[in-house]
This record gives sequence, structure tokens and C-alpha cells, in this order.
Amino acid sequence: MERLKTFLRHPTGMIGLIILAAVVILAICAPALFPDDPWEMVAAPFQPPGSEDLPLGSDMLGRNVAAGIAYGARVSLTIGVASTLAALCIGVTIGAIAGYFGGKVDDLMMRITELFQTIPGFILAILLVATIGPTLTNVIISIGAVSWPPLARLTRAEFMRLRGREFVQAAVCQGQAPLMVALRHILPNAISPIIVTGSLTIATAILIESALSFMGLGDPNLMSWGLMIGASRTVIRQAWWMSVFPGVAILLTVLAINLVGEGLNDTLNPRIARKVRNA
Amino acid sequence: MNRREFAKLGVMAGALGLSGIPLGITRAAGQTKGGTLNTIIQPEPPILVTALNQQQPTLTLGGKIYESLLRYDFDLKPLPGLAQSWEVSPDKLTYTFKLFPNITFHDGTPLTSEDVVFSVTKILMENHARARNTFSRVAKAEAPDPLTVVFTLKTPFAPFLTAFDCTTAPIVPKHIYEGTDYRKNPANAKAIGSGPFKLKEWVRGSHVHLVRHEGYYRPGEPYLDEIIYRVIPDSASRSVALEQGTVQLTQWTDVELFEVPRLSKLPNLTMTTKGYEFFAPHTWLEFNTRIAPMNDKRFRQAVMHAIDRKALLNRIYFGLGKVATGPVSSKTKFYEKNVKNYDFSPDKAKALLDEMGLKPGPDGKRVSIPFLVPPYGETHQRTSEFLRQSLARVGIDLQLQGIDVAGWADKFSNWDFSTTTTTVYQFGDPALGVSRSYVSSNIRKGILFSNTCGYNNPEVDRLFEEAAVATSDDKRQEAYSALQKIMVEEVPVAWLLEIDYPNFMDKRLKNVVTTAIGVHDTFGTVSFG
Repeated sequence: MERLKTFLRHPTGMIGLIILAAVVILAICAPALFPDDPWEMVAAPFQPPGSEDLPLGSDMLGRNVAAGIAYGARVSLTIGVASTLAALCIGVTIGAIAGYFGGKVDDLMMRITELFQTIPGFILAILLVATIGPTLTNVIISIGAVSWPPLARLTRAEFMRLRGREFVQAAVCQGQAPLMVALRHILPNAISPIIVTGSLTIATAILIESALSFMGLGDPNLMSWGLMIGASRTVIRQAWWMSVFPGVAILLTVLAINLVGEGLNDTLNPRIARKVRNA
Repeated sequence: MNRREFAKLGVMAGALGLSGIPLGITRAAGQTKGGTLNTIIQPEPPILVTALNQQQPTLTLGGKIYESLLRYDFDLKPLPGLAQSWEVSPDKLTYTFKLFPNITFHDGTPLTSEDVVFSVTKILMENHARARNTFSRVAKAEAPDPLTVVFTLKTPFAPFLTAFDCTTAPIVPKHIYEGTDYRKNPANAKAIGSGPFKLKEWVRGSHVHLVRHEGYYRPGEPYLDEIIYRVIPDSASRSVALEQGTVQLTQWTDVELFEVPRLSKLPNLTMTTKGYEFFAPHTWLEFNTRIAPMNDKRFRQAVMHAIDRKALLNRIYFGLGKVATGPVSSKTKFYEKNVKNYDFSPDKAKALLDEMGLKPGPDGKRVSIPFLVPPYGETHQRTSEFLRQSLARVGIDLQLQGIDVAGWADKFSNWDFSTTTTTVYQFGDPALGVSRSYVSSNIRKGILFSNTCGYNNPEVDRLFEEAAVATSDDKRQEAYSALQKIMVEEVPVAWLLEIDYPNFMDKRLKNVVTTAIGVHDTFGTVSFG
């Protein structure tokens, strides 16, 4: 409760939350706002914003850009959240095992993590999607697969820090199983930084998805912001609105998530939180 | 269709900008002589020897350097090229060509009938698939005197005279290539031909510089002093170069289709879509007819009715082309226009699908079919999206699958696909460019642009064979008309469009497009004013 209050008093965090809420509402209400399929060619091509029934104009096939933005929000948020969850599952598990057991297990886990860290994430994502095929699930898997190493390292560091603390030692002495110790005693105390990093991972995931779609490696059956920009990139001199509005959508969403992440960081970090509270 | 494979390289080719060479036109004395033509080549060709490589850019550029025996007017009638006259024996087995006197290669050596025989029977047979298809029918090729070439065929082959344009049968110097490893011959870098222009310099990634061949056999030609082909990988930069007059000519896909309406309005440019009659690019939605429901003729007919091909032409191709009516392009010989017409009618499509028993499910979908999106740029991507929307309206759910160039070619040629779109050239005669896509003898796994759809109709096979070896045009027309009627009823593939490509050129330029191969021709008569 105390933390929630702190967050609500965090100015930039609140701005981020409001923008993010707007994007979420847009995504949920997309079918109500635009009953037509976003791929449907509803108007003449190349109509500028403000034309009849087209607040944001139409694209080169006469599709409604506004509908594309609304449906694109669903794709971006779905992929952002789902791939972050995937990254969290992998990252936290590997980090927890490494941090809890240490020694040889830690060495093995960290070498695997480093293997992934040495390959540039985006390049690896391109490679994965190109190999296993660009479908929604595969894009989520690919982004998840390149996003987990920072989470693993963070979790490991937190586990190592807490592993030697008295309350953990006490639980071990009581004979609790390692899984119970990790889940009931260490993880709750390590969760704050993981949440913060996780929220920022969502923003990165949305960016990676947009970049993949921009390059034509997104699911071609889904209207996404990156795909819209990629498709209209070459006509930017004739029709700026086709790329600018999806670009603004990506910018606002990623910015909002970053602001929320920062707000969470300030709230969940006891030292900064106290400062905010006392300010 | 090598230019497609080449698109990949185009992405990799780096832009080196336009530097080092004076731009614009330097008028020499006289009304029409002199001047430098700046144009575009994209992507950059790997080699300029058209006998060894037939990718699109190679052919465009190589046409200025290598000439062949004949040229063709817009109706594909032969005109003199290196040969000033030719005779066909009454049994259609012997073809005698008389060359112009005084033809020389760029190195000064005279071009004789020996060079023609060598080119056709040796280097082209080994390195040019399309030429091999025709010239493998030659029983013997002789050079009785330096200016006479005689080809004797094994059996009559009607389109033989259509195979002597400079993209199919470029003549190369025998004294340079005989007895060597053609592909590794160091002279390939010099590209020695007999065309009106010779290679002066090729700066990789920047430009190819051609200059006048002083010893050209046609008096007064060439009119231009120089032609500079600039490599400009980025399409927006290409449009700007044209607008600003940095280049005075564009061809094929140099200019993106959506730029065409805007550039057509510029006062200093003219636009023509002529000069692609020989190639006659034909685009269709291909079905793998081995698998259900594409194996049912009614399904394929329903697809023809479901697609508003006029809208496709206007929205995506900006009106550049025509709605295709059947397997043979209206630009190709022996086109038959009295065939079944598939009007745009979702209701007829639904009726056909109902009749097949493909009823819509609770979500309105009758059937889901994967579709390989051809990875060749935006126009193809948009066409795919258009097709998906069109078919969705009649309950066919087209599932678009993104894929890279190698993957597309691999899956398509190995029949590991359900539907995709493809564009195939017709090369002037149905026997050269149409039959290959439909005759059962050309169902060859692993080979692109063979009969990949798996269409097999013995009657159509018979008619194609009959038409290819018939000795009179009337008989050929009869057979081709008959088979077009059968095929349009059976719809082995859903023919979409005959595509036109825009050539933009400076208003002062004359005689750029004078034959059916357009910008691939020699440019000997091209001039400024």
C-alpha cells in the first residue's frame, strides 16, 4: 500500500502509466473502434490524414492507418508481454540455479549465459526467426530467447547476495528443500529489481518486434507497427503519415514503459523510495 | 528469372555515390551526333558477357556490347541485325543467314560466320539454358564462306527465327574463347563484342563506362559518344537522380511503381512501357495442383472469380499492365482472345465452392491455405496482401508465410508449397516461354520455372508439341488457340496480370525503344535531339 502511494506520487511514473493505460485501452477496444479488419482496403489509396473517415489517412492499398495503429497495439503489447514472460522464465530459472548452488553449476550456467551475451541480440533474433519461420509464436520465442541473459545475471547476483543471509541459512538448517528456500525466502526478497528490469525488457521486446517486422520478418498475417513503417518506408516522400504515426505509436509506448519502469525502480528501491516519500 | 535471385546482391551492393564523371550532355558538332547518356544499372551485374550470364542487368548492359543476327519489331517480326538477309527452306529445316560485310569486334578482328557457328554451337550451348533449348535442335551449323551461316535442324522448330536477339544469341569472338575455360577466360573482364559500344571502364560499385566502337559496321552509328551505367542501389536515390537529370533513362524496376504517376507529370521526361514485348512478363497465382483443394478445377475457377484483377492492376501496379486472360500474353505470338472470361464475382466464386462441398465453418472460413510470399520486394508483398483480402471475402483463408529468397526458390521448385505468386517471361513465342510452365514433360522437381504446378493434360501436351513443330503459322495458331481454350477452362494457375515496366527518358532522347527488347537493344541509333 505504502509502495503504491509512493508510485502514485512519482510524477514521470504516473505520466508513463497514463500513456500505457491509453495504449492498453486502445488495444482492447480495437475491434469496437474499427469493426473492419485492419487489412481491409476501405478507402482510396494515399489519402492524407483528415480525409473522410480517415483521421490518420490511408496507406498505399487504401487501408485505414488508424485501424492499423489500434490493431498494431495488440500485436506489440502481446509480443512485448509474452516474450518478456518467456525471458523471465528462462532468465530467473537459470539465474536462481546459478546463484543458489554456486560453484561448478554456477560456472556452467554463466558460461551458457555468456554464450548468448556475446552474440548481438537482434542479429540472433533475426537468425532465429529466419530459421524457424515468422509466426507469432516463433517471434515471441525468438525475442524471449535473446532477452533473458540480463535477467539471469541479475537474478544470480540477487541470489548470491541473499544466499548467505541468516534467514536463508536458518531455512536451510531447518531442512527445507532448495526449491522451497529459493521460492519462499530468497525470491520474494529479490523480486524488486527483477520486476524493474522485466518492465524495461517489455519495451526492448516491442522495439525488437518492430525492427523484425520492419525488415519483413514479422508474422505477415498480423498488422504491426513495424510492418506498417517497413511497408511505407519507400513512399515517405509522398506519404509521410503512413510511417510517422506508427513511429509515434512505438515511441510513446516504449517511452511509457520506460517511465513506468523508472517509477517502479524508485518505488521498489527502499533507499530512493524513502527520499521520494520525504520529498 | 535470374534478376530475382540477383535482388539479394543488390541489397549488399554498397552505394558509392555519383562522383568523378562529368554529368550532363556534351553536344558535339551536328544535330544528332555526340553526347553522353547517363542511365542506371541495378543491381550491379557480376559480369558483362551475356553468353555466360543472363541475369537481367547483364542483359541490359551487355546488349550494347554484344549483338546478334536479328532484331525484332514490336510485333516480333525479324529485322536485320548482324545478318542483312536470311532464307528458310520450304521444309523449314535449313536456315541460311547472310552477314553484313565489314563487321569487326572491339579488338579490331573481323566477325565472320565462324564466330557465329562457334557462339551458337559451343559457348551458348554450354552456358545459356534458354539458348540451349532452341539450339539443341540444330543438327549441323556450317560456315561455307565468311559471310554465310547455315543451320540445319533435326526437325522443324517453328520459333527458331525468334531466337536470334542479342539476349538469346549474343555472338562472341571465337579467337578469344575457343579452347579455353570460358568462365575463367581473362578476356571476360574486357567484354569484347561487336556492338556499337565498347567497355572503357568498370568501377565496381560505382559505374560502367561504355564508349563508341569506331569500327561499327553500320554507317553513322552509334550516335552517342558514351553511355554511363550508374549503380544506384537505393530506389529513392534513383528517382531523385532521374528528377534532377543526373540520369536520363530508367528501365525495368529502376523506378518504384508508386513513383510512376508523379514522375510521369514532370515536363522534361517522357514515359513509355514499350520494349518489353519480347519478355512479356506474365504474373500468376500458382497452385500446387497435387493437393486438395487446389486439385479441383472448381476451386481454381472460384479463385479466378474472387480476385478483382482490375483493382489489383490499378491499386498495386498503378495501371501499368493488363489483366491476363490466359496462359499466353497478348503481346506474345498466337495469343487467343476468345476464351472463357472470369469476371470479378464473389458470388460465382462462393457458388463454385459450395458446389464442391467446401462450406463455410462457424467463423466464415471454408478452408485455410498456406501462401508463400515471394521475397522480391514491396509490390509482391502488397499483391500477397491483396490476394489474402480478396480470397477472405469468399471464405478462403490465405495464410501468408514470409520466407527468404533461397527458401522461396527451394520450396517452390521442390513442390513444397500450396500457393504462391510468380512472374515468368514468354520470350516471344509460346514454344519458348509458355509451354515450359504447363507441359507434363517439364514436371521436373527442383527446377524453377518448370511445370511446378503439376498440371498434366495429355491433350494440352499434344497440342503444344504439334504447335512447336508445325511448319505453317495457321496450323500453329489453330493448335495454340485450341490449347488456350482448354487451359482457360481448367485454370492450372490463376493468371493475374501482364505487367508493363516503365521506361522514363529525357525528352531530348530519340530512338531509345525501337524493338521488342527495348532497352536491351544496341542503342546504335539513340541520340540526343
